[in-house]
Amino acid sequence: MFPPIPNPSVASDAPRFGEKDVMRRSASEVTPPATRLTEVAKLIDVSKCIGCKACQAACLEWNNLTEEIGFNHGIYTNPMDLTPDTFTLMRFTEWVNPETENLEWLIRKDGCMHCEDPGCLKACPAPGAIVQYSNGIVDFQHDNCIGCGYCIKGCPFNIPRISKVDHTAYKCTLCSDRVAVGQGPACQKACPTQAIVFGTKDEMKDWAELRITDLKSRGYSNAGLYDPPGVGGTHVMYVLQHADTPSIYASLPDNPRISPLVDAWKGMTKYVGLAVMGFAAAAGFLHYVVAGPNRVSEEDEENAERLADGTPPPAPPTSLHEGRRP
Amino acid sequence: MSASNLKAAKPNHLPDDVEPGDSVRPGHPVQVSRYTVAARINHWITALSLILLALSGMALFTPSLFFLTGLFGGGQWTRILHPWIGVVLFFSFAGLFLRFWKANLPAREDGTWLARISDVLRGREERLPEIGKYNAGQKFVFWGMSGLIIVLIASGIAMWDQYFYTFTTIEQKRVAVLVHAVAAVCIICVWIIHVYAAIWVKGTIGAMTRGKVTGGWAWRHHRKWLRELVGTRPGKRPPTPAE
Repeated sequence: MFPPIPNPSVASDAPRFGEKDVMRRSASEVTPPATRLTEVAKLIDVSKCIGCKACQAACLEWNNLTEEIGFNHGIYTNPMDLTPDTFTLMRFTEWVNPETENLEWLIRKDGCMHCEDPGCLKACPAPGAIVQYSNGIVDFQHDNCIGCGYCIKGCPFNIPRISKVDHTAYKCTLCSDRVAVGQGPACQKACPTQAIVFGTKDEMKDWAELRITDLKSRGYSNAGLYDPPGVGGTHVMYVLQHADTPSIYASLPDNPRISPLVDAWKGMTKYVGLAVMGFAAAAGFLHYVVAGPNRVSEEDEENAERLADGTPPPAPPTSLHEGRRP
Repeated sequence: MSASNLKAAKPNHLPDDVEPGDSVRPGHPVQVSRYTVAARINHWITALSLILLALSGMALFTPSLFFLTGLFGGGQWTRILHPWIGVVLFFSFAGLFLRFWKANLPAREDGTWLARISDVLRGREERLPEIGKYNAGQKFVFWGMSGLIIVLIASGIAMWDQYFYTFTTIEQKRVAVLVHAVAAVCIICVWIIHVYAAIWVKGTIGAMTRGKVTGGWAWRHHRKWLRELVGTRPGKRPPTPAE
């Protein structure tokens, strides 16, 4: 058993991280703090999950959210997708292992992965709407959010959802408010089987190692840790029985990374686009300075008057006018 | 009804680049009506929409211009208004398109005009062919705007999450934001060309404000069009070879 996090003291406690620990801030340049906090992580051991949804309920409760009453679609997943009120969702997959012909019930707790290289933050146009603390937590600041949904396009895991009530984006905060006072996330606290554990990222990796060894000894030869390098690693990690095929776990991406389309949009396009527009304006200015205005002459006016009066104006040199009508 | 029927019904039918309301009034100087009141109002609604779209779009495009959201009442308001202004632009431009598309069809002299683009830029108009209501540059602006507005409205709807979130996949939305950004850069460049040309070629802006240009302006820049207008004046007999 992983040693449980002790209950907090009743004395008021200064937050353990805050504004000064912001490592990245959307649409802003920040100087990262000189020393990084110890990275935290949540480890979700899919092999230990019994699908009780205590985590899902705890999440609603801690964040004071109420999910609307839905419909039974014939599977345990409920609601059917993440919503602005459901930051975490148990996704149930019935999977037949082709090697053993056994039906395996794969239950993955979906939610924000708190990427080291967050695509949401990269895509966000609103300064300070998304911040990343040096302990690895990626958090949305609703006062700054404009509700554009760019974070949805940036996220490799399809996590953020825009609320129809206040038109800002919502997702798991990794209970940054609880972590700030030395507690683990609400979902971790509620988990009855320690399928969710919380600690420093190194502790979680070591703990995962023990779990993987255990799973391998039980015949899950492909058991492994899901800490995808394509997004620089995550601060929510999974222990998977079949780590060679993450996608069987309700479409967990096999190799997540920020889409190259998003990279191109937020990288090249921005700089080249601004340069091209600036160049066009500068070219116009330069042309005016060098070529001068294109003015109508007195002669032009006289020619027009003669034409309008029916007196033919002098014919221009024909060689230059092959486009002219006969 | 086919074009040949039209010709048969109206023996002296107007050339493509003569639009309703275009006319010449002799005098000193000659006055040429280029745009009707309706066309001008239509143009300025489109122009205002395009400027507002550029400002609000740039605010969301790059963090260094995010402060422009202040013009629209903040980030949330910018996000709300930008797509609606886009809808206004789309319909407003559709009006301009219906008015102007015929006069912007390619003509024989466009190739020559483009081949002599250096003379165009030097203002050596005497070395250019006689041009109808629009030269190849103006046609480029017209068709460029038309095509880009189609691209922008289509990609814009794909990323208008408030109403159309469920209609596209996230991958399609990613393509849409990239296409929208690139098309927006292009249309702003086309707009810069359009505005610069109006400033550079003196006497042009009056066409879109009071609807009139001088005869000299038409003679210098759109002589073919001017000849057509003079030739179709009511009550004026067509010029004979003896003249």
